[in-house]
Amino acid sequence: MALPIAPKPLLRRFHQARWDEPVIFELSVPGERGVLVSEIEVEIGKSISTELHPVIARKVAPALPQMGQMKVLKHYLRLSQENLGADLNVDIGQGTCTMKYSPKVNDLIIRRAELFDLHPLQDPDKSQGALEIIWRTQEILAEVSGLDAVSLQTSSGSAAIWANVAMIRAYFQSIGEGDIRDEIVTTIFSHPSNAATAKAAGYKIITLHPDENGYPNIEEYKKVISHRTAALMITNPEDTGIFNPHIKEIVELFHSVGALASYDQANANGILGITRAKEAGFDLCHFNLHKTFSTPHACGGPGAGASCVTAKLEKFLPSPIIVKQGERFILDDDRPSSIGKVAPFYGVLPNIVRAYSWIMNLGAKGLREVAEVAVLNNNYLLKNMIQIKGATAPYAPNRPRVEQVRYSWNELFEKTGITTEEIGLRALDFGLHYWTSHHPFIVPQPLTLEPTEAYSREELDEYLNVLRHIAKEAVDNPEIIRTAPHNQTVHQTAHEDFDNPERWAITWRAYLRKYPEVSKRKRAKS
Amino acid sequence: MADRSKSAHPYIPNSNPDVKKAMLDYIGVDSIEAFYSDIPKNLRVQGELNLPDPFLNEQDLVRHVVGILNKNTPQGEMLSFLGAGTYNHFVPAVVDEVINRSEFLTAYAGDPYEDHGRFQALFEYESMMAELVNMDVVNVPTYDGMQAAATSMAMAERITGRNKILVASRINPDKLSKVLNYNQMKLEFVFINEIDGQPDLAGIEKHLDSSCAAIWVETPNYLGTLCTKIQAISEIAKRNDSLLIVGTDPIVLGILESPADQGADIIHGDIQSLGIHCWFGGGHGGFIAVHDDTKFVMELPSRLFGMESTSVEGEYGFGDVAYERTSFALREEGKEWVGTAAALWGIAAGVYLALMGADGMVEVGQTIIARTRYAAKKLGTISGLKISDSALQFREFVVDSTESGKNAKELIALARKRNAEIGVPISEYELLVCVTEMNTQRDIDQLFDLMSEIVRAK
Repeated sequence: MALPIAPKPLLRRFHQARWDEPVIFELSVPGERGVLVSEIEVEIGKSISTELHPVIARKVAPALPQMGQMKVLKHYLRLSQENLGADLNVDIGQGTCTMKYSPKVNDLIIRRAELFDLHPLQDPDKSQGALEIIWRTQEILAEVSGLDAVSLQTSSGSAAIWANVAMIRAYFQSIGEGDIRDEIVTTIFSHPSNAATAKAAGYKIITLHPDENGYPNIEEYKKVISHRTAALMITNPEDTGIFNPHIKEIVELFHSVGALASYDQANANGILGITRAKEAGFDLCHFNLHKTFSTPHACGGPGAGASCVTAKLEKFLPSPIIVKQGERFILDDDRPSSIGKVAPFYGVLPNIVRAYSWIMNLGAKGLREVAEVAVLNNNYLLKNMIQIKGATAPYAPNRPRVEQVRYSWNELFEKTGITTEEIGLRALDFGLHYWTSHHPFIVPQPLTLEPTEAYSREELDEYLNVLRHIAKEAVDNPEIIRTAPHNQTVHQTAHEDFDNPERWAITWRAYLRKYPEVSKRKRAKS
Repeated sequence: MADRSKSAHPYIPNSNPDVKKAMLDYIGVDSIEAFYSDIPKNLRVQGELNLPDPFLNEQDLVRHVVGILNKNTPQGEMLSFLGAGTYNHFVPAVVDEVINRSEFLTAYAGDPYEDHGRFQALFEYESMMAELVNMDVVNVPTYDGMQAAATSMAMAERITGRNKILVASRINPDKLSKVLNYNQMKLEFVFINEIDGQPDLAGIEKHLDSSCAAIWVETPNYLGTLCTKIQAISEIAKRNDSLLIVGTDPIVLGILESPADQGADIIHGDIQSLGIHCWFGGGHGGFIAVHDDTKFVMELPSRLFGMESTSVEGEYGFGDVAYERTSFALREEGKEWVGTAAALWGIAAGVYLALMGADGMVEVGQTIIARTRYAAKKLGTISGLKISDSALQFREFVVDSTESGKNAKELIALARKRNAEIGVPISEYELLVCVTEMNTQRDIDQLFDLMSEIVRAK
């Protein structure tokens, strides 16, 4: 060993932190405290009892862990190291979710008392700044969608889709067709929440499947629409990354039978400033601020949703919306046709501010640049991916894709027996996250890549190199894939107990109850 | 002026024109437009979007956005007694430290390997919440307490096959709006007015029939009153094969017997009180707790993270329990739907409960009770104001100003002139006043002085 140091190998020699951390209850030591509570003042203590009515007073304190502060911190920091955030990862393997850079400056901006210490019911004169940013963001998203009015009340994409379904329902009730129109049409490559929220709203779901172009033939729509159709709920580009060029015609078809058309724009990242809900004639659409508009995904929320509608549907928007009157921003709560509250107050403010800040850093030109580079990156991956033996991009051969592609490893699977799930677990050994796709697997052995605008060409190459390597391993050394992950936080995890009600353990107390030998062992040890 | 034509946007590395050209050449097309060939010309945006001019550098951006935010005044700079859905509780520093870690903040949907940390942290959240409520199953948080309530009702409909809910407590009107709109196709809601802040048992009995899926009680209710009749209502519900659904706020459960121990079948609520800042009402997460009974568990729409063994002895693995319930697995055949919700707030609440421990949760409950009672007692001595029964009030109570001749809005306006928020108006002459551990005796004494003054003010 001496200088100079040999060049790095092609693939990163990664190993994620493995702290072998106990469950938090095992760290408890009687008498330790993590934080102290504001004490009852002597004068109050003298004159005021803290006793509760005996019928409802808790007799046994909750069995929470007792831990010193640094111990709590250390436990959670170790767990954080056992979590691969987008900040540490080339996070292009989570297609449909738009894992882009969440700029640190926006995290910095929101961490101030002028935002986190605001009460939603305080004097609006003292929350004008918050209301102004909500209003500005409403205005911007109206322009980005081309629609007329926007609500930012919901805290996720699916919740925004729900709000849109609830507005569709309210609209038909308002014109006396609520009982007749009980069907909603969607496509299999639209996000499952379109079907699921519509079902939860009481609708019958009709799901169309694609032809060889990757989207349903327009004739299929004609077969299913009628006076019973309430709406079309569709993603475009669908989760395959294929843009349906007949979308305007399809929307007109739904309008021709009196139905509405709702556009799931969770996949908007590749078309910002290129095409909008307005141009295709949609009545409603939604955005996920935590996808396209960069707010961090937060381990699965809070996100923030935007529901956008045409003027015809504005009166049904969740209440309140923020309007500008002269130079003041006010909460408009006097909206009798509104579907009411879908979520608390005015939405997830920290994320609305982050999204506003992200947009204001880019402007119209920047948003278009985001879309164009996201699409460039995607087609760069596509060009490379289809050259990997065993990988294909089903549907619409030789056509470009917009912001993502749903690939298939079926050829590799048929040759080697290696599944897409197994490839995903092996990719983890190189520090890369990999997601297959939503169930059901219409595309066999699927993988959905969405590179967004945030990653450099070298990073895309790193991801591709790993997939090439694994595809080769599938042929040469499949065992290393089947036993993966090797360089991870934990080793292969069993699955049998997750679906067995007698054996599953959803909480620590349930675990101790179902497996008394664990407590016995612990007692013996102490 | 710097020539930026050759440089990339800091968030878009491949926006560098040389890199772009090299990538286009590699793909074999002339321009990015080639990738948009499926989007017809008549669907294209003509020209640029009409958006405000951007602030391209961080320095100008911060000045712009912070300039707007500085028009806000935080609660810490005023005397504030606001609640009614969002509560100003103390947030320990470690909570913010943990949830602002990049690894947690920017992760999303990784597997239980590279995202082992979030699986364990949320399993621990479920487990600590389970200790508070004394039930064996708690979900990964849903959006907020309003959604948790709405879903609890929908679960009752699916579990019992019945279509009526008896609402026996006074419910926050925002929450009620959500619950009614959410469940309008399948459930009918019958409202039974409280008597002296407590559910009316005779009224419940009167409306009870074989269509009754559940009785819905809240403790504390919208006005801060704790319910002493849960056990009795549970017996009524059981006799009728109806469920008992109880809404609560977990911050009270250090001192309040869990509704589960008084017969609740489903408990739901909001976790904002557990270590999450107010965020202008944008910091909420919802929990739903049930017993470990498949009839209930299989009706939960949310993710449920459970423990598993791994191929190494003594190693803890985690994963999704009963995934086949969910809309991720079954689309419209799943239970309602699941998606991005409030996971990071769940981690925050977990860190909060670990820091507080049993003693902390008991103490915070006692401090809130003591100061609530102190405030109610003091304000009750002001001529012209009447206070609701304070023995059962937790954190909130109603001040009736009828005798003062000033209505709630007038009092609020007078207080705001003095940089104070004295409560939320719930009727013309009624104010809902909220006291948390953040309001010290000094704050309450100031509130007393201020209220005495404005009640008399001309």
